Amino acid sequence: MKVVVDMNKCQDHGQCVFAAPDVFRLDEAGHLAYVADPDESLRADVEDAADVCPLQAITVED
Amino acid sequence: MGGLRAAEQLRAAGWTGSITVVGDEPLMPYNRPPLSKEVLAGKESFESLAFRPRASVADAEWILGTAVTSADLARRVVGLGDGTELAFDGLVVATGVRPRRLRCPGPAAGRHTVRTVDDARALRADLARPGAHVVVVGAGFIGCEVAATAVALGAAHVTVADPEPLPMLRPLGDLLARELLRRHQERGVRFALGTPVTAFEGGDRVTGVVLADGRRLPADVVVEAVGSIPNTAWLDGNGLDLADGVLTDELLRAGGLPHVVAVGDVARFPNARYDGVPRRVEHWSMPADSAKRAAKTLAAHLAGAEPDPEPFAPLPAFWSDQHDFRLQSFGAPALGLDDTRVLDGEPGGDVVVGYHRSGRLVGVVALGGPAAGAAAARHRPALLEQPALTA
Repeated sequence: MKVVVDMNKCQDHGQCVFAAPDVFRLDEAGHLAYVADPDESLRADVEDAADVCPLQAITVED
Repeated sequence: MGGLRAAEQLRAAGWTGSITVVGDEPLMPYNRPPLSKEVLAGKESFESLAFRPRASVADAEWILGTAVTSADLARRVVGLGDGTELAFDGLVVATGVRPRRLRCPGPAAGRHTVRTVDDARALRADLARPGAHVVVVGAGFIGCEVAATAVALGAAHVTVADPEPLPMLRPLGDLLARELLRRHQERGVRFALGTPVTAFEGGDRVTGVVLADGRRLPADVVVEAVGSIPNTAWLDGNGLDLADGVLTDELLRAGGLPHVVAVGDVARFPNARYDGVPRRVEHWSMPADSAKRAAKTLAAHLAGAEPDPEPFAPLPAFWSDQHDFRLQSFGAPALGLDDTRVLDGEPGGDVVVGYHRSGRLVGVVALGGPAAGAAAARHRPALLEQPALTA
């Protein structure tokens, strides 16, 4: 599974962090950092994170 | 959005049968919040709004540009605007809301709402009129956002009119509403508060807005942002409680029927996290949250099983971008308006306010920059751990 975040769209809402804390986090400056190739076992969390992104900036690729 | 999320969640819940999604708009589901902000401002394209459906619903059938006009829940059929009928085993009600309109005398041209892509296109074209005088009726989420966008687009005058004494008073309470007013005024938005609109002036097209206190505001462009009405007329005659949206139980079933669930803005559901009083919640987060729970309920019924008895208990969240600041909320601040306390920062800068009911924290709202939002998020675990208000 591959995760792509359109950083031009991302506005650091952090909703993805609540949905998939093992994949997304906000760094000290409040900006998004994420794991681009998370384990397949995290798929449901990552899909939830993509759903709750207000900017719809997260894409999950197979 | 609710329909798309419900389809995806039915698949996630194990439903492998056919799925048909009917929508009255001609477009595939799209993201609405930017319609009053980035897209209205011209920073993002209309095309960028489309949701990307999950691969799991690639085989769903989409009937678009066609409204559902009737339903017979006992016979398990819905009637469509083109005169045809669709039979179903399970029904997800996801018809959302439409903007409420003002019933005032006066011309219709020049008056806008902001709900659909077409609405936003028409408003954007009107806001481009040089030196436009803009009157926004309604100081809620959409009214405040549109006012901020209109100022940024260079409108000559932007005035927000509302019968309440402060903007966003009902969702935010006095403390933050006062601060919101100050920030808007500082950034060039004018307000006509505490008095309702009674009429529009003009011949072919609106030229002014008349207020109950006798004041008249010149206006080339009027935006009506005065709340919404749930789309439920098509469900009339089925014995459902449709007093304000579709009343559901704690598993999102309507009318006690195992094969009918409701999601999103149109659903009036009890939230087990709070006081159990059924309410509609028009937050962007709600279609996804409710679709997940409703799909589990419906998929279990379609499989001949008992549904998971865990009651729906979402932690609501909303945000609103206005000018250079953001409101970020977690929980249900509207349930704790009588006991608000500053938790972090101070009202003039980045601030986080806590809302309490019976001494318990029920909501937090941040106003300011990213630091305020991050500070609000730190209270989220406490909100999740609170016992139910009824407990």
